[in-house]
Amino acid sequence: MVNLDFERPIIELETKISELRTFAREKALDLQNEIARLEKRLQELTADIYQNLTPWQKVLVARHPGRPNVLAYIRHLFTDFLELRGDRLYGDDPALIGGLARFNGRPVTVLGNLKGKDTRENLERNFGMAHPEGYRKARRLMLQAGKFKRPVITLIDTPGAYCGVGAEERGQAVAIARSIQTMLGLRTPVVAVITGEGGSGGALALGAGDRLLIQEHAVFSVISPEAYATILWNDPARCPEAAQSMKITAADLAELGIVDEVIPEPPGGAHRDPALAARYVKEALARHLDELAGLPEEELLRRRLAKFRKIDNAYLRELNTN
Amino acid sequence: MLSILARGLWTRCPCCGDLRSAKELDRSWKVCPKCGYHFRLTAPERLQYTLDEGSFREYDQGLTGEVPLAAPEYQEKLQAARQATALPEAVLTGEGTILGHRVAVAALDIRFIMASMGTVVGEKIVRAIENACAKRLPLVIFSASGGARLQEGVLSLLQMAKTSAALIAFHRAGLLYISVLTDPTTGGVSASFAFLGDIILAEPGALIGFAGPRVIEQTIRQKLPEGFQRAEFLCRHGFIDQVVPRPRLKSTLAQILALHREV
Repeated sequence: MVNLDFERPIIELETKISELRTFAREKALDLQNEIARLEKRLQELTADIYQNLTPWQKVLVARHPGRPNVLAYIRHLFTDFLELRGDRLYGDDPALIGGLARFNGRPVTVLGNLKGKDTRENLERNFGMAHPEGYRKARRLMLQAGKFKRPVITLIDTPGAYCGVGAEERGQAVAIARSIQTMLGLRTPVVAVITGEGGSGGALALGAGDRLLIQEHAVFSVISPEAYATILWNDPARCPEAAQSMKITAADLAELGIVDEVIPEPPGGAHRDPALAARYVKEALARHLDELAGLPEEELLRRRLAKFRKIDNAYLRELNTN
Repeated sequence: MLSILARGLWTRCPCCGDLRSAKELDRSWKVCPKCGYHFRLTAPERLQYTLDEGSFREYDQGLTGEVPLAAPEYQEKLQAARQATALPEAVLTGEGTILGHRVAVAALDIRFIMASMGTVVGEKIVRAIENACAKRLPLVIFSASGGARLQEGVLSLLQMAKTSAALIAFHRAGLLYISVLTDPTTGGVSASFAFLGDIILAEPGALIGFAGPRVIEQTIRQKLPEGFQRAEFLCRHGFIDQVVPRPRLKSTLAQILALHREV
């Protein structure tokens, strides 16, 4: 597994503990106290490092190659997953997957951006960057969920929509616009979870639901910090500063009132314990879906539209020039 | 010669290179008489060319934003844009008449930080939609934009959802929205309200797309073909209803409005 710079002290300590264990076993020595002491130290160190991540370090954690991808979450969160493919217009996009599943026994529609676990998979999945077909498939499955009155759960983890010739030729902009609008107009509950990178319009295409949840070390941003630094400062090296300035971390987004809940991750991030990370996500999803389940359709829709209507109103001001 | 160009009395056509006087260009709706190049219009020019004289009533002129996550140099950039354009923000909204048809209207101004969409632009668009809805007016939006107002961070991204949400009630009310795409319409604006019209028109040669051509060239490491992402290209691919030359735009809008007039 690839490690990040700031994770190095954690990895070193982990290695040391494991070596000590092997040593103790081989030499039949009792080093229990020493190992317990180091394990406690490891816990503290991990907590300390992960509680003090800078926004840029969070970006790196959100992009961590070992971070559970959406397929891993699907395995942990649902039973009976059945993939449904294709946009019925042009093709199937492997970068955005969808299907049916059961969540705590209830049928739901699941949509998510899918990154690969390695280079081969990433080439197949286009690094989680969808083409218009992906957003059109998402829209098709959302409308289907509406017909059968199934809640929609989306899992967001994408650098953004793909920028390429085919994507433009086949209507990337309109595909995203319609995915967003369809989601906003659904008469069935929609809960979105940002599990990794929530990049730009490509993320929002799956994010305009009743609730937007985000994992502790995930990020949500208008553009990548690298692109922001390049466009605004003509200096991609300033991406750490860009990450800071853009307010993209879960905590910042909660403070701005953009996300409804920050879902905790295991110490050291979701990649250290995917099963536990998924358990936390499942618990939050269940709670939000329960809250929404009791609402009449019209009320659900009214609240969703009102949420986006006033999402930034705290920052607007009327001058008396009219 | 340079001094005349600098004083804005003469303009060189970026397409054919001909020099044109300001007066001549104004008479030709800022379309080059020789090659047909459509010069970009400011929002006030757009309203002047589109609405019946003296019919415009502006909405929400005094709306401003205080974005908590703005990039450090953003305030100065806003000030400079306000000074250069004499506009408070990148969009003008209001109502007026087009050959007698009353409409709610919005026009984005590309001079103002590339008419990027931040909280104020999004809010003014939403209020124009809501006003149109309340008064049962058709809506005409002239889009032009580089995309999201990056300096406002994730709040700018959310304008895509905010404007799209407002259009849900509008469409449900059975009202008409004509979206006119002008040069350039990209990013978060193209991926939200600009492509959610009942009828989508575009001006000749307008650059329209999700990603800008530079970003695509960097991604695919190839030069893009001539005409890629231009209005005619989008029309051929089925994404807009018609490419309408500017001199015919007002009458085309009036024709569509007449065909939708409530009886």
